[in-house]
Amino acid sequence: MPLLELRDVEARYGAIRALHGVSLTVEEGEVVSLLGANGAGKTTTLRAISGAVRKTGDVTFDGKSIARHAPESVARLGVAHVPEGRGLFGELTVWDNLRMGAYVRGERKTFKQEAPRVLGYFPWLEARKHQQAGTLSGGEQQMLSLARALVSRPRLLMLDEPSLGLAPTVVRELFGIVKHLNAEEGLSVLVVEQNANIALDASARAYVLEVGTIAVSGTSDELRRHEGVRKSYLGY
Amino acid sequence: MAAFLQQVVSGLASGAIFASLALALVLIYRATDVINFSQGEMATFTTYIAWSLMDNGLSYWPAFLLTLGIAFCGGVALERTVIRPFENKPEITIVIVTIGILIALNAATGWIWGAEVKSFDSPFPNTTHEIGGVTISTVDVGTTVVCLLTVIALWAFFRFTTLGLAMRSAAVNPAASRLLGVRVGRMLAIGWGFAAVLGAVAGMMAAPTVFLDPGMMLVVLIYAFAAAVLGGIDSPVGAVVGGLLLGVIVNLLGAYVDFVGSELRLPSALAILLLALIIRPQGLFGHPTVRRV
Amino acid sequence: MSRYALPALKVALFLGSAVVIAVLPRFMGEFRLSQFTFVAIYFIALLGLNILTGYNGQISLGHGAFMGIGAYVGAVLTLGRPGLEALLLEPPGWLPLGDGMRPVFTIVLAGLVTGVIGFLFGIPALRLAGVSLALATFAMAVSLPQVAKRFDQVTGGGGGITLNLPTTPFGWDISVRHWLYYEAWVTAGVLFIVAWLLVRARVGRAWRSIRDGEIAATASGVSPSLYKTLAFGVSSFYAGVAGALLAIEVSYVNPDTFPLSLSILLLASVVVGGLGSLTGVIFGALLLVFLPIYAQEPPLLPFGFSKQAPGVVFGVLLILIMLLVPSGVAGLLRRLTAPIVRRLRRPQLLPSSTGR
Repeated sequence: MPLLELRDVEARYGAIRALHGVSLTVEEGEVVSLLGANGAGKTTTLRAISGAVRKTGDVTFDGKSIARHAPESVARLGVAHVPEGRGLFGELTVWDNLRMGAYVRGERKTFKQEAPRVLGYFPWLEARKHQQAGTLSGGEQQMLSLARALVSRPRLLMLDEPSLGLAPTVVRELFGIVKHLNAEEGLSVLVVEQNANIALDASARAYVLEVGTIAVSGTSDELRRHEGVRKSYLGY
Repeated sequence: MAAFLQQVVSGLASGAIFASLALALVLIYRATDVINFSQGEMATFTTYIAWSLMDNGLSYWPAFLLTLGIAFCGGVALERTVIRPFENKPEITIVIVTIGILIALNAATGWIWGAEVKSFDSPFPNTTHEIGGVTISTVDVGTTVVCLLTVIALWAFFRFTTLGLAMRSAAVNPAASRLLGVRVGRMLAIGWGFAAVLGAVAGMMAAPTVFLDPGMMLVVLIYAFAAAVLGGIDSPVGAVVGGLLLGVIVNLLGAYVDFVGSELRLPSALAILLLALIIRPQGLFGHPTVRRV
Repeated sequence: MSRYALPALKVALFLGSAVVIAVLPRFMGEFRLSQFTFVAIYFIALLGLNILTGYNGQISLGHGAFMGIGAYVGAVLTLGRPGLEALLLEPPGWLPLGDGMRPVFTIVLAGLVTGVIGFLFGIPALRLAGVSLALATFAMAVSLPQVAKRFDQVTGGGGGITLNLPTTPFGWDISVRHWLYYEAWVTAGVLFIVAWLLVRARVGRAWRSIRDGEIAATASGVSPSLYKTLAFGVSSFYAGVAGALLAIEVSYVNPDTFPLSLSILLLASVVVGGLGSLTGVIFGALLLVFLPIYAQEPPLLPFGFSKQAPGVVFGVLLILIMLLVPSGVAGLLRRLTAPIVRRLRRPQLLPSSTGR
């Protein structure tokens, strides 16, 4: 049974239909990419999973239907969604942001337990703990929001365009951490990306979303060889 | 000099009351993005409840604390029933809603308790102390202490508790908080509850001086609104500093500027305030609004 | 249906209303007549407020203060220096008070003076947005009674100024109340047409574009500063005229005539009538006059609202209206008449159109 499954999900923003029947799965322990151009509906798909957008269709997580769940309850089930724009609390300190990552599991205890582990991946965060999150650089902010998501030991990590606006070295570092987490801790990841190269490099399987539907799907190798994908998303 | 300090001290006392109500306004503004024009009436209503409790035999401090509890519940209930349906509606709609609450509460207060002015005792004795040639009234000191203690307690709550942290996140970025498991609706309701508590404190501290009548807090609301905007409408620190500052300024204006007299105290204070805002639109501690296109 | 059907219907409605208003006095006594005069007065005031808040998006909690300014200016000009001195007041020598003018002049001048004051108020107000602007207008509303009391050598202080009831001009054989009714409604009609023209002209479009997105408006070449201050000026003009008419109608002006509660109720009424709709304003005016929420005889408002059940009902009603019909009565009517309007709007098919 897959950890996450979407079946025929349709979502709309008012009168505009953004998703026209999207189906995908993420197995436990997998890294899966969701690729596509701007406006294809990638962000909407993640929001459909976390319950932040009106939708029809099935969304099951760990065998339970979460189609009618509000974002707060989806989070409680162990889905960590790092949204577009990182969703940090700019006015709060780095430390407070991290603490909020533990909120979903009971802040005090969880944070005490998990902080050392997370700081192990991002050691520089400790030195900056009292800095206002909004004053960090773009790359640092992305790292912080990833760290925050990891504090709650989620079952599924969802990343929305983590590479957006970041320098290539930072992007490599970030995906390196994601790959490591998947390998070492078996963390399941669903990554939404425009940067198909780096995403396919980090994932086992991928889907390509075009105008609200899945156009292509398969293993990363298959997609890398797929002519249409190569031309449109990989640039060669 | 002594006279000057005296004015400053009594100004601080009224300023503390403004600060409490201003903080309530800022709390709600940060959470719900709206100026709660009925904050004053909520304070008046809860102060009347305190009066009723004491009228029925309860002594001051138990009545005070019980009123705070009732105020909290009232604030939560108000947010859940009246404000919640208007969550994403335009600003002008919510302004009218808070005005509707203002009108309804004002009328209800008069209806339930009658419009005659009542007296409300201060818990502090009507004594004065001489410190360095300055006469300080115990009531003034007591008022300032109670208001500031409430403010500090609230600050501590927000700073040191998990719930406080969650409320702060919900105010800063509600969408992201949801993704972290925060029940934002609940946070808003609690915010309104705390604002109601602040209002109740302000009302009970003001009542001995301004006497209890349904329109009692209307003027205080204006000062509190002014203080909140002066301090920066999204800054809790600004609200407190703004309130204290405004209290002192108004007192000094009334005492030292002949032109002002008693009628023009409020207008002059407001004029100074608006001048300050024109120079620095975001207020003393506010963040300049970045307009996103 | 021709493409003139809808405009023709609107003109017909306007003329029809004019006829009804002209004929109404026959059916009512002096008190009712006075009430309907107040409807006209508030109609004018609300037209102004709608322009400022509805069409230009600037929330004002101080409209009552501008009415007050108009009322005082009008009263003072009607009495002139001799009149004020007869009331034992000593206005400063430098004020151009004149010797007492006829109402037609005082009303216009009151409007103009208030309009200029509003325009000048609008200039610093440009630096204030949203909350701060609301506070600034709030401050005006609160300050007016205080300022009026302070400068008592001109305003008569707490006691205010009493005016004599005017006489019916042109030798007409109608009562004074009747005359004042016509005076108010003719003014209202004229100002309605003016507002209608303004709103449809470039000015109105500029106002709306600023309301809907100031940055986009600026990018389209609209100067927000000019139009926003203009909106304040125009709306204050209307308020001033309304205030002057009110002073004449009740024959006095004092600091309690225009309390804070008036400004609050004006805002509530314009929203209930329908923001951004000139025709909706009439409902707001009717609401103000006929809703029994006052502790004393309408339509003058004391400092507080009625301290009884009606006040509670009104407050709750406001909330319900915002919940159910946020676009006001005008919005509701628009929804109800939408099918008819659609039918009237359908373009005429040309005889040579491609066959269907």
